[in-house]
Order: sequence, then C-alpha cells, then structure tokens
Amino acid sequence: MLTLQTNLIRAGAFLALCFLITLSCDASASAFAAAEICAPGTAAAASSTAPPTVPTILPNIFDPHGPPARMIHDLSWLVLGICAGLFIVVEGMIFYGVIVYRRKKNDKSKDEPRQVYGSNPVEIAWTIIPLLIVFVLTLTTVRTIRSIELTKAPEGALNVVVIGHQWWWEFRYLDDSFLGGEVIVANELHVPINRPVWLRLESADVIHSWWVPALAGKMDVIPNHTNYTWFNAESEGLYLGQCAEYCGNQHAGMLLRVVASKPAEFDAWLQTQIAPAVNDASVAMGRDIFQEYACSNCHTVKGVSDGQFAPDLTHLMSRQTIASGVTPLDPTTLKAWIDNPQALKPGCNMPSLQLDPQELDAVTAYLLTLR
Amino acid sequence: MTTAPIHPTSETSMGFGSRVHSWVISVDHKKLGMMYIGAGLIFFVLGGIEATLMRLQLLKPLNDVLTPHGFNQMFTMHGTTMVFLVGMPVLLGFGNYLIPLMIGARDMAFPRLNAFGLWLFIFGGLLLYYSFIGGDGLYGMGGAPDVGWFAYSPLTSKAFSVGHATDYWILGIMVSGFGSMTTAINFMATIVCMRCPGMTFMRMPLFVWLMFTVGILVLLALPVLTGAQVMLLFDRFLGAHFFDPQQQGSVIFWQHLFWFFGHPEVYILILPAFGMICEIIPVFSRKVIFGYPLMVAATLSIAFISLGVWVHHMFSVGLPPWLNSIFAASTFLIAVPTGMKMFNWIGTMWGGNIRFTVSMLFATGFLVMFLFGGLTGIMLAVVPFDWQLSDSYFVVGHFHYVLFGGTMLAVFSAVFYWFPKATGRMLSEPMGKWTFWMFMIGLTLTFFPMHLSGMLGMPRRVYTYQPGRGFEIWNLISSSGVPFQIVGVLLLMTNIIKSLINGRVAGPDPWDAWTLEWATSSPPPSENFPKIPTCTSPRPLWDRKHPEDPDCFYE
Repeated sequence: MLTLQTNLIRAGAFLALCFLITLSCDASASAFAAAEICAPGTAAAASSTAPPTVPTILPNIFDPHGPPARMIHDLSWLVLGICAGLFIVVEGMIFYGVIVYRRKKNDKSKDEPRQVYGSNPVEIAWTIIPLLIVFVLTLTTVRTIRSIELTKAPEGALNVVVIGHQWWWEFRYLDDSFLGGEVIVANELHVPINRPVWLRLESADVIHSWWVPALAGKMDVIPNHTNYTWFNAESEGLYLGQCAEYCGNQHAGMLLRVVASKPAEFDAWLQTQIAPAVNDASVAMGRDIFQEYACSNCHTVKGVSDGQFAPDLTHLMSRQTIASGVTPLDPTTLKAWIDNPQALKPGCNMPSLQLDPQELDAVTAYLLTLR
Repeated sequence: MTTAPIHPTSETSMGFGSRVHSWVISVDHKKLGMMYIGAGLIFFVLGGIEATLMRLQLLKPLNDVLTPHGFNQMFTMHGTTMVFLVGMPVLLGFGNYLIPLMIGARDMAFPRLNAFGLWLFIFGGLLLYYSFIGGDGLYGMGGAPDVGWFAYSPLTSKAFSVGHATDYWILGIMVSGFGSMTTAINFMATIVCMRCPGMTFMRMPLFVWLMFTVGILVLLALPVLTGAQVMLLFDRFLGAHFFDPQQQGSVIFWQHLFWFFGHPEVYILILPAFGMICEIIPVFSRKVIFGYPLMVAATLSIAFISLGVWVHHMFSVGLPPWLNSIFAASTFLIAVPTGMKMFNWIGTMWGGNIRFTVSMLFATGFLVMFLFGGLTGIMLAVVPFDWQLSDSYFVVGHFHYVLFGGTMLAVFSAVFYWFPKATGRMLSEPMGKWTFWMFMIGLTLTFFPMHLSGMLGMPRRVYTYQPGRGFEIWNLISSSGVPFQIVGVLLLMTNIIKSLINGRVAGPDPWDAWTLEWATSSPPPSENFPKIPTCTSPRPLWDRKHPEDPDCFYE
C-alpha cells in the first residue's frame, strides 16, 4: 500500500508538471516541435510542373508554413507525446503481465492463483489519473480552437471566395483595391506571402472540403451553408492539397494548388488576370468553333462566352495544370483533354465533343493563345 | 420432465432437405445465433473481397484496376457490409446464443420475434447486394450504391444519385435495422425476465451486462437512422426537401441525424467485444474479473456518454467554437471508463496463471491493438488536430484498429472459446496459432501505415493518388498486408470445417470455466438445461468446483 501511495504521488506530480508546462508554453511556442518530421525529397515528381524557382511544399501536416498549421502542429506534438507515454506504460503493463504471469511449461499443479476481486484504491487511481490527463487535454484543445477558429477576417486580409464544384475549384478575388473588376480563376489560388488570406467557402453542388495541410486544417465547403477559414503563407512556394470530403466520382481528381509569392509578384500576376482576353485574329477559326459548339455553354472567356458551369478560361495558359491539377498544362495534354476528357479524368462532367482533327487543332491553337 | 439431454446430433439421421428445413423454421436461440454468425461470416468474406480490390487499386499511384465509380462502390459496400451485415449480426448472434445459456434460461423471451429478426437481417443484406444487379433502375446508371456508408446528402439526392442504387442502400439497411431493433428488445426482455433463481443483476456475467447495454443503445440510436432514411426516401420520391440545399433544406441536418446514430453504433460494435474479453481473460488467467462493480459502472457510463459525442465526426463542418469544445470534452471523457476497463483486464491477468490458448492469444491481441486504436481516438478528439486528420487515411487506420484489431479479434477469440460449446468439438490449436499470427502481421502491415499516409496529407475515399507526395511506400506496405489476412481467413475456415468433420470431442467444460453455459452438455440440448440451474454468485461453477472458497463469501 505504501508503494501504491508513493506511485500515486509521483503520478500526481508528473501530471501537475505537464499541466504547468502546458499553461506556461504559448500555443505557438515550438517546445514540442523539436523532433519535426520533414518529408524527404520535397521537390519530387510534382515539381516538374512548377517553375524551377518555387519550391513545391508537400501536404505534410508536420511541415507547417503558416500560423494555423503551426499552432495545430505544436498542439499535435503535445498530444502525440501524451499518447505515446500512455501507450508505452499500458503496453508495458500488458507485456509484463503476459511474460511474468504466464503458466510455466513445467507447471502441472491444479492449484488456482489467489483470487483478487478488486481494490478500491487502485481502481480509484486509474479513474482519477485519466481524468486529470483528460482535463489537461481539454484545456489545451479549447485554447487552440479559440486562437484558430476566427469569427471575422484578420486585419488587412486578402478576401477570396472559394467555390467547390464537382470536381474543380473556383476562386473569386473580392477586394476593393483591384481596379478593373473581378478576378475569377480556377484550381490554382495565388496569394502574397505574409498576408492573411480570408476564405469564404461555398459550394455549387455537393459537400467538398478545403485542405492544404501545410497552411491550415481542413474546412468543409457546404451547399447553402457558408463557412470561413484563413491562412497566412510564410514562405514562397507551391502548396499542394486536395478536396478532403467525398464528393462523388472524381473526388480523387479534385486537387488544390496554392501559389504563394512575394507581394510584387502577386500584384503582377493579378494584373495579368485583370487584363481582357487575348484576341488573336490568327486563331479566329478556333474561337468560332469554341463559340458555336457546346464549349461556350459552360466556359467563360471574357468577351467571347459566359458559361458558368466550368472553369473560366480567359487566362487559361497562365495556369500550370488542367483538369483540376490532374495533369500538367501543355499543348499535348490540352489537345488530348479537349479530344477526350473522359480518358484523362473518367467520370468528369466535361463531355467529348467528337471534334474532327482540324477542329481539334483549331480549338487547341485558340486556347493556347489565352495567356 | 425428461432428464436425458436431447442431442441435436440426432439430426444426422435426417435427410439434407429436412435438415435445412429444420434450421429455416427454427425458433431455437442457439440455431438462430449460429445462423446469425454464419451469415455474418459469409458477408465478412464479401466485404473482404471488396477491401482486397481497393487495396489492389491503391497498390501504386494512378493505378487502373478499378474505375473511379467502381472504387466508390467498393468502399461504400465494404463499409456498409462490415458495419451492418458483419459486425452487428455476428455480435447479436453471439448474444443470441449465449444470453439464455449464461442466465440459465431455456430460450429468449420472444423466440418467434427472434427468428423474425434473423430473417429481416438476411433479407436486408440480400436486398443491399441485389443492387449489384438491380441498382441500374430505369436510368441506365448506378449498380451498387456509391455514396459512402455515411451517405452524406446532397450526394444521395435524385440530382446526384441517379437510378436506384441509393434506394437499395436505404431499404437494405432499414430492413436489417428493424431486425436489430427487435433483437435488442428481445435481449432486454430476456435479461430482465428470464434469469434463473439466484441470478441477480449484480451476479450476471459481464457479457450479459454488456449485451443489455447494447440493447439500450440499439433502441436509442437505430430508430434515428431509420427516421432519417425515411426522410431521405421522402426527399427522393415524394418531393420533400429535408436535405435539399436548393430548397433551404439542410445537409448538415443529415450529418447530425446520421452521427447521432453513428457514434453509439461504434459502441454497439465494441461493447459486445468488451463482454467477450470480460469472460475470456478471467478463465484463461484463472482469476476472477478484477473490479466487477466498476466494470458494470464503466459500461453504463460508456453507453451514456456515447450518446453525447457525435459531433466529433463533424469538427470540420464549421460549427461554432463553443460547440466543438463541448464535444471535444465529452469525447475525452469517454476515454476514462474505457481506460478503467483496460486496466481492469490487465489487473485480472496480474498475478494469474495465464494459459495461452488461441482464444487467450486473440484476447491479448485485442488488448494490444485496441489500446492503440483508443489512443489514436484521443488524438482525433483534439479538435485542431482533427482539422488536419479528419477524413484523412489516419481515420481509416484508427477505426480499423478499433473495429478489426478490437471487435474482430475479440470475435475470433470468442469463436475459439465457444466453438466447443456450440458444436461439441475443439478447434485445432496449432492451426489457430498460425491464424492469430497471420492476422497480427496482416493487421499491422495494412493499418499502421495508413496513419502515416494520412498525416502526409492523403484523404480518404480517393480512388487513386498522385505520385511524388510521399504516399507510395505506405500504400504499398498497406496492400502487402492483405495476403496475410487472406491466409488468416482461409486457415480459420479450414480449421472450422476440419473440426466439424473430425475435431477432438470437447466435453461439457473444456476450459474449466465458471459461467452457466459450461454447466450443460456440448452442444446444449434444445431446452438448454435438463433442470433450471440456480446461481449463487457471479461465478456459479467456481462455487461448485471450490466449495471451500466460494465467490459468494466475497459478495
């Protein structure tokens, strides 16, 4: 009984210590981030589509590049530490019991071991100790929730509306400072570094989920229910993510790319997006086919068509990928995509228009001019 | 009253047709229980085939074993099958078989209702699987349902789910759900009314306590799912707009209803496993269960708290911070009674004289794996951590540790433990040890790497993944665990068939156990006990075997 009490006191002291550490360490302090897991080969295959200067940042939750992701990361090391401790202690007890109390090979006796029906102090101990651990976890959790789940946009934030579609992303920049009107892009979100980005999440059809792990946790994109979330990219890079709520056939083909660049580069990009569509007379045939056939029912090219169901193509060639990131954008893939979208992304909503070879070449040539 | 037990083996003199007939018309809880378990194991093989196809597709990035639509059907059918057609019926089957024997009753309180429940489950399962043939409906789309076992609206609306696949999902689950509800009523009535003389509530075996609690949970949770499914049918066929966002319906409403059912459902699947472990660990440790009253209290607290944690499935839905905080706290809280159980099992083994039969090996495997699944569950309750982990492969790893590493290992343990009682023959121990290690290796290889791929950003329910994101190696390892599990299942099936043909004869009490089912012959006669037994303590057979030191002295 004496050893039990000593152990209880020790356990209590350990918990009190954990508690004090948790209270004293700010959620953003990286005390628990010491053993950071870094994904090897950061610029692997995916970087072939990115400009060489921008590093590709993989969707690894242990490689945070901004406040919400970092706060979660720090909290997660605390939680992993507590759970690892519990795991080692309890599995240790199981294996100790298994090894020490197994029936020995030469044991032929029929005697039963001493029957122990229970022990109030022991049972109280393993009720109280978990309760204390749970209390600590609740406090830290609530604290981090309050610092991440904001109810209004952070000061000076860039406002963007994110609209989830089956199976692509639409981004609308809503900022008074953009002279020349609205900017609507698809699948690749461009943001400046070191400036909060406030996202309004809406869905055009079913539930999707916004998830770029290196920047922030996920937030669902729900029809008839507006959600908000935010992030602040601290380093330049191409951040990978993808839709995280099952949304039908091509859920796996609803990839996300966030390009974070220096403010000056971001402004320059914005100017290219505000500019009107290129109108090149040498590809007039392709443009006419685009307008006459079903393309224009779904796709917008400013000044040419105003379809709303599919990505805006006004500045198509400023993007690195098509089909929501499923394949890099170059003349070959673009042509193959127009010819038979179902081959690249089976089940997607874009039909094959059965263009003959000349028409196909003409439409491809036209789209290639939309910079 | 007859004193000679009537052996079902007298059936062997019948022709095949009349033997099948005698099973189909049976209202005997033992036959019904075995039919539940047998049908559940057939569905287990079907669900396993679906899982194998998925692991083949995810073996390497951009693989094309399955089409996207085919993959989506596979994970929907795998999840639905394993929860509704394997987990619930197998566990209810054990309850059916064991409750009357353990409480010293001749049968369930309502034998005909019992048969009705079994056949509803079987027809519900057949209806769901008929969708592979009939789901096309009139529209030339569909096949098996592809909306996930959670069937989130608006994917289930007419606009996004053309054809009748979703209707088969609704009706199949609804029909088998009615079966489960009648069985729950039957369990509770039996336990309350049919206990033998001397069997007070605090002398019931813990398995019976756990099944009683499961009965409560089924009755509170399943009707909510059934109600939601009726509303969904209204939406699909009668022009209602409960879940239709175009008409100001709420898709989040479906999530609340589904998870109000869905979280207690998780406990419906794990509590019977706890009950099995509570019976098996004491017998093979040769010690009484440690802290019986605390185990009962912990069971009831788990059931109570489990009705108030469902929002932890919805932390990324964008609910207000205070709501997320409350449900985080309640979810943490449920770890406390679960921890008590874990410690009490270890306390039972402590100081024992543990015999590592195959059954005890599986029970120990349960402790090891379930602990891991429980701890990853605590991580998922940390709301901000969950914003990263939710809907990622981490969650898939987590609940397979709980439901395969937990529930299924306990079921295998129970199969090895009670098979001699049900058939009168022992299963092969050496073959069983191979089965155990195949499952332990297979489970770890398949499900541990899923935690890592999830933390590296791989979402669930994707039919393929992009190369270069660090997912390849973990998915390869996950898939490499599948052959081990297939070998495990084949060994178990071979073992059962071999033992039925020429297994060693078990005798009434092969494990030297203490609960009433071991006081009758193996297999038990159709009226269970020649004479209704009496009960003096939680371990009536211990008292008979150790008159010098009976349990009733310590009550």
